[in-house]
Amino acid sequence: MNASDAFAQLKFRDPERARGLRDALDRLVQHADHAPVSVMHVCGSHEQAIAKFGLRAAFPEDLQVIMGPGCPVCVTDVPEVDEAVALAKQGVRIATYGDMLRVPGTSQSLADAKAEGANVDIVYSVTQAVELARENDEEIVFFASGFETTAVATAAVLVDDPPDNLSVLSAHKYIPPVMEIVAEMPETKIEGFLAAGHAATITGSGVFEKFVERHRLPVVIAGFEPLDVLAGLAKLLEVINSGEPRVENAFPRCVTREGNVHAQKLLWRVFRPTGGRWRGIAHVPNGNLRLRDEFAQYDTRKRFTIDASALWDYAPPKLVERCQCGDIMAGISSPAGCQLFGKECTPDKPVGACMVSAEGTCRIWHQYGGRPDLRSVKRGAA
Amino acid sequence: MTRNARLIDERITLKYGTGGGAMRALIEQVFAKGLGDVGEDGIGLAAMDDGAAIRIGDQYLVIATDSHVVQPIEFPGGDIGRLAVSGTVNDLAMMGATEPLALTCAAIIEDGFSRDVLMRIWESIRATCEEAGTTIVTGDTKVMGHGELDGLVLNTTGVGLTKRLVSDAGLRPGDKILVTGTMGDHGLAIMATRNELALETTLESDVAPVHTLVRRALDVGGEGVVALKDPTRGGLSSALHEMAEKSDVGIIVDETAVPLRDEVRAVGELLGIDPLVSANEGKAVFGLRPDCADGVLDAIRSHPLGRNAAIVGECVAERPGFIVLDTGFGSRLLAEAEGELLPRIC
Repeated sequence: MNASDAFAQLKFRDPERARGLRDALDRLVQHADHAPVSVMHVCGSHEQAIAKFGLRAAFPEDLQVIMGPGCPVCVTDVPEVDEAVALAKQGVRIATYGDMLRVPGTSQSLADAKAEGANVDIVYSVTQAVELARENDEEIVFFASGFETTAVATAAVLVDDPPDNLSVLSAHKYIPPVMEIVAEMPETKIEGFLAAGHAATITGSGVFEKFVERHRLPVVIAGFEPLDVLAGLAKLLEVINSGEPRVENAFPRCVTREGNVHAQKLLWRVFRPTGGRWRGIAHVPNGNLRLRDEFAQYDTRKRFTIDASALWDYAPPKLVERCQCGDIMAGISSPAGCQLFGKECTPDKPVGACMVSAEGTCRIWHQYGGRPDLRSVKRGAA
Repeated sequence: MTRNARLIDERITLKYGTGGGAMRALIEQVFAKGLGDVGEDGIGLAAMDDGAAIRIGDQYLVIATDSHVVQPIEFPGGDIGRLAVSGTVNDLAMMGATEPLALTCAAIIEDGFSRDVLMRIWESIRATCEEAGTTIVTGDTKVMGHGELDGLVLNTTGVGLTKRLVSDAGLRPGDKILVTGTMGDHGLAIMATRNELALETTLESDVAPVHTLVRRALDVGGEGVVALKDPTRGGLSSALHEMAEKSDVGIIVDETAVPLRDEVRAVGELLGIDPLVSANEGKAVFGLRPDCADGVLDAIRSHPLGRNAAIVGECVAERPGFIVLDTGFGSRLLAEAEGELLPRIC
């Protein structure tokens, strides 16, 4: 890859047009028949863009943009981490994404197991796990996390004659069902959703149509450049103000109504949706992706007997009880409302999963300067 | 300093070497305890400036020291030798001592190290000394066993004289912040050589002695130059945080005004590394009284190493110790690098 060519791709960062969109947001919020207007996005990449470009400081006072359960690593539940840790401690070699290493299980993370001598490899993609399996005779377990976007990559590997010594411990999650959960939470005041452009590239915008019908809440699909986010929010406010909830695609350069049909076929050929707990959120019907029976030979849960009970005899440290990751992921709280944030809980010493993953709200806020309420800071104070 | 109130950990991990808050806590809580007092009219260890200054008659003797562990030892745009000479010459210059009298150099070499590489490194040291108008007057040599260190470690110490000290703590609201060129070049050039993505880049380190550039700025700006720092480890962000904390001001930085090479911006984007927390080895950050800022900018731009200089920020009374980044889209606080983001870059 040539880096200068890559730079040519970094479009949609024109501050002049951003000002126009900010003005539009101001007008749209003023035209709403109530205040504040609360909307939710469900993607770590959206939070990255909002934090990195300092957008929160530029949003209208009466617009609340809440981050929902958009970090797959963060919602990986304790029993899933325990399964991986137990396997690692049984001597099975685990390959996983770097973020998964430090996610706490009941008593240990994979990083803890690794420090005690377990064999855990960090991979950047599932194909690296395949290479690892090809280069070695021993069993390789790929501990797979990610939403439907990443799950497709895992599926593609499993239909393409993977090595016999590779199996997949799936912690993959499916986003549309959790939006239903959040929409039904009694505490939520969410009036619309900003959906993730990359996931919708695969699922298509059509996947949200039934949701909109059921809940009468609009969904707007948005990309990840600052102008994408601002334009997506403007469109969302427009639809909210219209009183006619519908799906809108504000990322048409990548997303179609049908989506990537080939990828969808691949996804559902390999995975089936099943209910399961999302850490800190709730039991999410159809929220987990597990391997179908015809791929049983690659399913770690079928190939190994996993006994995690040894990990359960353990008293959790006091700090964990004060961790607000669950409420933060459900959009009820934010890092600013957590006493641990930036003090006892830092990326260096994370208490909760939201501070571990690069897509976690707390980690993102920490990386981009913490509590970003900067509307009051003015120049020319001399 | 309240920011570093947290006690350092039981084990010294890599984060204590990244030039940020953790390292300053280590210096405060361990290294500077009971050491480093040079009297009222000087700068000692506790000031945590780029070097120390001791009053001698009507002048100050400035002393700076620096160890170098960069990996790879030879990198695009330079090598550990050029880095060792430039780093110490620059540290002296940041205190106002822009004529380095002499340097020392200690080398710790790993058993089995290549003679040819060592000779190349020393040729580079000779050339950089000549460029900087100084020389190495004494040194020390140690060899350690294979695997006991990684190749070659260099330590350089420099001395210089100055009549006027420039600290990194003289800012007040309204002062301007100037950078002498593009940010993040060194850190990202090193990172690109290491990264597993096998990037094809023409990134080069900016490593160079900048003392003549600093002298030109001091001659024009005089007393209006109120703070000076080289944005090495931790990049512009760490340099500004130190200046803001010590001066008890906030700093607003215009992100769009910060000079960046397109390629640095692109590689930073690909690797997820902000060029503003990435190291520079041939740059300086100036704090300037507003009335001299334009004159100093012109003077620096007339120097070959300062062509891309720009005024990038302004000090404010609010948010003392914090850096507010105006992104052009909105604003956020600029965080300091934490953890082992870029180990062994200098």
